[in-house]
Amino acid sequence: MSARRLAIRQPAEFSLSSKAKKEIGTWVKKYPSDRKRSALIPAMWIAQKDAGGWLPELALRELGDMLDMAYIRVYEVATFYTMFNLEPVGKHYVQMCGTTPCWLRGSDELKEMLTRKIGPQRSISADGKLSWLEVECLGSCSNAPMVQISNGDGDHYYEDLTAESLEAVLDELVAGKKPPQGPKNGRFSSEPIGGAMALTTKNLSKARGTLKKLPNADQKTTVNYYEWDPKAKRATRKGWVDPNRKASADPKKRSGNLGRDLTAGLVDDDPNKGLPKKASKPAAKKIAKPKVLYTEGATDGAPDDLKLIKGIGPKFEKELNSNGVYYFRQIGAWKVADVKVVEAKIKSLATGRVKRDDWVKQGKALAKATAKKGKT
Amino acid sequence: MVKLLEDKDRIFQNLYGLNDWSLDAARDRGAWLGTAAMLAQGKDWLIDQVKSSGLRGRGGAGFPTGLKWSFMPKEVGNRPHYLVVNADESEPGSCKDRDILRHDPHLLIEGCLVASFAMQAHACYIYVRGEYIQERNRLDAAIKEAYAAGLVGKNACGTGWDFDIYMHHGAGAYICGEETALLESLEGKKGQPRLKPPFPAGAGLYGCPTTVNNVESIAVVPTILRRGVDWWTQFGRDNNKGTKVFSISGHVNKPCNIEEALSIPMKTLLEEYAGGVRGGWDNLKCVIPGGSSVPLLPKEICDTVLMDFDALREHQSGLGTAAVIVMDKSTDVIKAIARLSYFYKHESCGQCTPCREGTGWMWRVMERMVKGEAETSEIDMLLEVSKQVEGHTICALGDAAAWPIQGLIRHFRHEIEERIDNYRANKPVFVQAAE
Repeated sequence: MSARRLAIRQPAEFSLSSKAKKEIGTWVKKYPSDRKRSALIPAMWIAQKDAGGWLPELALRELGDMLDMAYIRVYEVATFYTMFNLEPVGKHYVQMCGTTPCWLRGSDELKEMLTRKIGPQRSISADGKLSWLEVECLGSCSNAPMVQISNGDGDHYYEDLTAESLEAVLDELVAGKKPPQGPKNGRFSSEPIGGAMALTTKNLSKARGTLKKLPNADQKTTVNYYEWDPKAKRATRKGWVDPNRKASADPKKRSGNLGRDLTAGLVDDDPNKGLPKKASKPAAKKIAKPKVLYTEGATDGAPDDLKLIKGIGPKFEKELNSNGVYYFRQIGAWKVADVKVVEAKIKSLATGRVKRDDWVKQGKALAKATAKKGKT
Repeated sequence: MVKLLEDKDRIFQNLYGLNDWSLDAARDRGAWLGTAAMLAQGKDWLIDQVKSSGLRGRGGAGFPTGLKWSFMPKEVGNRPHYLVVNADESEPGSCKDRDILRHDPHLLIEGCLVASFAMQAHACYIYVRGEYIQERNRLDAAIKEAYAAGLVGKNACGTGWDFDIYMHHGAGAYICGEETALLESLEGKKGQPRLKPPFPAGAGLYGCPTTVNNVESIAVVPTILRRGVDWWTQFGRDNNKGTKVFSISGHVNKPCNIEEALSIPMKTLLEEYAGGVRGGWDNLKCVIPGGSSVPLLPKEICDTVLMDFDALREHQSGLGTAAVIVMDKSTDVIKAIARLSYFYKHESCGQCTPCREGTGWMWRVMERMVKGEAETSEIDMLLEVSKQVEGHTICALGDAAAWPIQGLIRHFRHEIEERIDNYRANKPVFVQAAE
């Protein structure tokens, strides 16, 4: 990483121009109202342009005030990003790419020429018009070697350079002219020199054609939702439930949580939540006659006193018995679907009552207690 | 003889900017055709089509794009969804997104609308690298055109879907090409990558579900849908389908960008489009096939290797961003890699110790290796340290710094050793080969 610090010599006074402030205002509007801070980097860039190519500390403070940020957060950003100049630069600031693709094409020659003409990196030429810096890849590798020159007119890429052609560009700039940007070896952009070998077909620009119907428009969708499996460290289809497949009766075997909010990390207490409706129907039917819920009379010893469960009185006990429920352990084993069935069968039992009074938990506890008693 | 891609099958018909970039011209070339019909098919269809196209992310890792989209929550909860397009193209060697931004911006904007709809995002941010100032002005102008024509904005394309698209830019940090660092930067902070999980699909921009995709991945989607998955899958081998913009730089006669089908032999690519290697194919020394962070390949492999994800992986390299950096026999390959080591030292964000300290250490040792001023045993030490950096950092920059060095030692150990011997014998350590 590069260690960068604010300049030691700072101007005594500085404030952003109203034009710059207005421009920053348009940027702030791009982000949600409570996220003004997002505009910091573009705002800093505008401030740098406004201050003549570098960022004085006062400009940073002003931005901090504008965007309701602690100054240190602004400094942090200013020192992290290398496009923010923390020291004054020349009127024409040359950034020369020296990374391998440009180096292979002769950026060393440019470097030598710049050192000869301007002086060492970061120094400003005597007339204050030029300064230069070797930077990392500027993303114009098929037009290497290249420089970016920033001045009051903007920031321009000069590409396919030689030491001579760059020197000519610099001379023109110093003389107050505006040399055209782009490749200096006669090509237009990134096409091969001497004319493109592709995209040469005539009338390509009128290749629109017509479109009556999208291809594959009739194709049925079978969206498979994938889930991140932290154990396997990859996405798996574990969470995917084939809507055409019958759901397993045992909710534990059903890992299906199609479309679950992956972020929440919460497990739905209702295993049917989020399942496609088709899948849940056969599931309910299957659960309708599990052994544990219905017994042919009290076949397993003396029936439990269901009234011990808070919420069950003599009336509900009778109703439950008539539906085959005699034991705590039966109630303790109820799943969500079972509760639904019971609630449907016993008319006077309001929906949600079982859950509210937590019959299942009580049943479980009582079943445990009676089992213990039986043993001793 | 390999059949080359025909012009009519190129997605970026204006890659070189020889025609107008603006909306009317882009429409003439086929952009924004049938966009409303695509949205009318519904999001599941869109994700399904992208999945079955086998499109793999064009930003370097090659992760299937459709699969990435399906990681987003199915329904929008109380947090909005975001699409963020990664146009922070900073990988040395790579300059393809720049051409898309400046010459075919409407394909990108259209892709943003389609992708955002598929992920139910009403807002999209395009994060352009700071140095691309002309390009971002161009993109901004294109966005304005699209708004004025009603293609984006309220009731985009007349579909009833509200969609806002914004251009954002960085300020010259390579690390912001990493998706979570990019999100940090977009939030106005230092670009230091976040720990994963949570993944951006769970908690990304402003803590909301977010998908980050490369420019090219997004820009090709509308054309794939328009022309059909069958058209797209006729290019490339299985698992490596479609076309790709290659950036060719270094020692070729005609460096250029070119869109070609994946799985094209490297030799064909270089000879047909880039005018061949300087001094002929036999003058080739090595090629970095996918941008600075993938290991280089010596000529023996380059003779036959195919340019796609799997073929290059077989040779312990990678397709990366398909930025082909060619080096001929005159190259001081140790210095070339040392320069990349300096790049990674410069661009490390400083968050994880193995990377912050390791990149600097590796660079300093590499600089000594360039001069031959080292012990032979240090080659193994360097390899060992690079293995310690690799995989022990939050993001992949540590890996990216280690791989070029590992590739160098794997294929050119003899040159390093020879140089060390020469230095001791007081001979010139590197003699420039005649061109």
